Amino acid sequence: MSDEQDAKPPGEKPAAKPKPAHHEEDPNKPVWEKDPTAPEWQDGSSDPLAQALKEEFGDAIESARSFAGDLTFQVRRDAIAQVCASLKTKHAFTYLVDVCGADYPKREPRFDVVYHLYSFAANRRIRLKVMTGEDTPVPTVCGVWVAANWPEREAYDMYGVRFEGHPDMTRILLWEGFNGYPLRKDFPVEGIDTGSAIYPEYYEPSAGPVAGTGTGWKPAKPPAEPVEKPS
Amino acid sequence: MSQPSQPVNLSFDDSHDGLFAKGEEMELNFGPQHPSTHGVLRLKLKVDGERIIDCYPIIGYLHRGTEKLFELHPFFQNVPHTDRMDYVAAATNNLAYVGAVEKLVGLVVPPRARYIRTILCELQRISSHLLWLATHAIDIGAMTPFFYMFRERELILDLFEQYCGARLTLNCMRPGGLPHDLPVGWTDKCRELVEMFPAKFDEYEGLLTNNRIWKKRTVGIGILPPEVAIDYGVTGPMLRGSGIAWDLRKAMPYEAYGEVEFDVPVGKNCDTYDRYVVRMEEMRQANRIIAQCLTKLPEGPVMAKRPRVMKAGKDSEVYYGIEGPKGEIGFYIVGDGTPNPYRCHVRAPSFINLQSLPELAKGYLLADLVALIGTTDIVLGEVDR
Repeated sequence: MSDEQDAKPPGEKPAAKPKPAHHEEDPNKPVWEKDPTAPEWQDGSSDPLAQALKEEFGDAIESARSFAGDLTFQVRRDAIAQVCASLKTKHAFTYLVDVCGADYPKREPRFDVVYHLYSFAANRRIRLKVMTGEDTPVPTVCGVWVAANWPEREAYDMYGVRFEGHPDMTRILLWEGFNGYPLRKDFPVEGIDTGSAIYPEYYEPSAGPVAGTGTGWKPAKPPAEPVEKPS
Repeated sequence: MSQPSQPVNLSFDDSHDGLFAKGEEMELNFGPQHPSTHGVLRLKLKVDGERIIDCYPIIGYLHRGTEKLFELHPFFQNVPHTDRMDYVAAATNNLAYVGAVEKLVGLVVPPRARYIRTILCELQRISSHLLWLATHAIDIGAMTPFFYMFRERELILDLFEQYCGARLTLNCMRPGGLPHDLPVGWTDKCRELVEMFPAKFDEYEGLLTNNRIWKKRTVGIGILPPEVAIDYGVTGPMLRGSGIAWDLRKAMPYEAYGEVEFDVPVGKNCDTYDRYVVRMEEMRQANRIIAQCLTKLPEGPVMAKRPRVMKAGKDSEVYYGIEGPKGEIGFYIVGDGTPNPYRCHVRAPSFINLQSLPELAKGYLLADLVALIGTTDIVLGEVDR
């Protein structure tokens, strides 16, 4: 090895080693030593459950796709309570795992409400998604499962998505009177009511933690006169 | 010594409802700074005498916006946030999160890592149940078990400390495997612990299981019929205490649970006592799982091949749930092609289980409420996130 290198005239680059082929994997390698292969969306409309729902609700089931083994239905907003009731009574999805919101500000309508259901009989999870905007309330599924009460309140608290017919549509984790909906993408991490907005006697205007700076802290310009702190 | 002229009646007839019910309602605030609320749970109670007519939980005192924080950090850096939700069961939180990320990007974990994860999770289950039982017992009035259980919990925390340096906020898993292999001699210490535990469980049961006061305070209290339990979406020992043998470790085996033997205990009477029995048996089963994992522990790497910057596919979303000590803990993660999760929602078992508290408490006495908060086994860090 060293002989070869010595033989070469100085200044000339040694011949580049043949690069190891990245994409030709050893087939005998265990799967955890290979590059991960990400799952992809697949059409789920041939699934018996998707066909049954499509037959019953027609256009209200907008799409049926599956990702990583979870069947996902896009459901029209006004039909969600009926679809859930049918899934519970006819298809044995008796357990409502969770309800949550999601925000896609570039899209119209901007919010998603995501329902996860589980069937003890079929040992299977499915996901329902509903698109909604700020002004369009989603029919509540509290009448189908009592369990939907708190998760729906949480979605309202975090995103401002309203649920029609909910017995107690109030904030749950934050207090009544909180300004804004914190999990929206346009809500600053530092909060809105912060820094000089709530401590005007302590901070110069726009000093302290300032909403919208992204870093959580914006250094104040040195004030002409030192601010007197309350003792 | 003179005899009392009138015989004093010292018997206490608790079937005499008139002692408690006065026919007039009163609103009573309970918490948030009450030692038996296990944190900062506040309840607005409506009582008639000592009897609870209605109960309205007010939560959010420990809300820290964890779900917002998830969106700010790359997938790898989010693991410590999960520790701080259910801070007495960090390992299972870690597993639920890294499991969801692995499902999202298609990572496969090497077998040794799967087994070590199982051991860590089951140790965590025992430690969480020990903490639950200790505080549940002290709430009801049994002081001694607290010291016994914290004695053994300390040994489990020592094991965690030897593995990852932390006792509570473990941060002991990574998407793709584990941060490092077990230290030298760890398995021997773990085995010692496993061999010691059955005698200790007998000791706890000797203190409580047939204790007359314990039974008086728990049998027939807080009955949650199975259909109501499903309707409320409660999971974990709460659901199994209501007689439904559903355990995600059996229903959808993850990590090494498909390769070990264990039983799923269920209750019969759906009351607080049954939930206690279920959790006691779960600790024994967890011990059994750890023993089998230690015997079967394979050699090999503990981390899969993974990209240094992990990016989820565009428009990808998964839900992944595991059986935590308190119930099903699940993560719903949406990816948008960047190294950060676009949306990360936590299905927190304490949050969902707490929802059933008004149903449990209705019609029972104010003193039972303390037992009922204990039996739901909530951690407010997870309820409020």
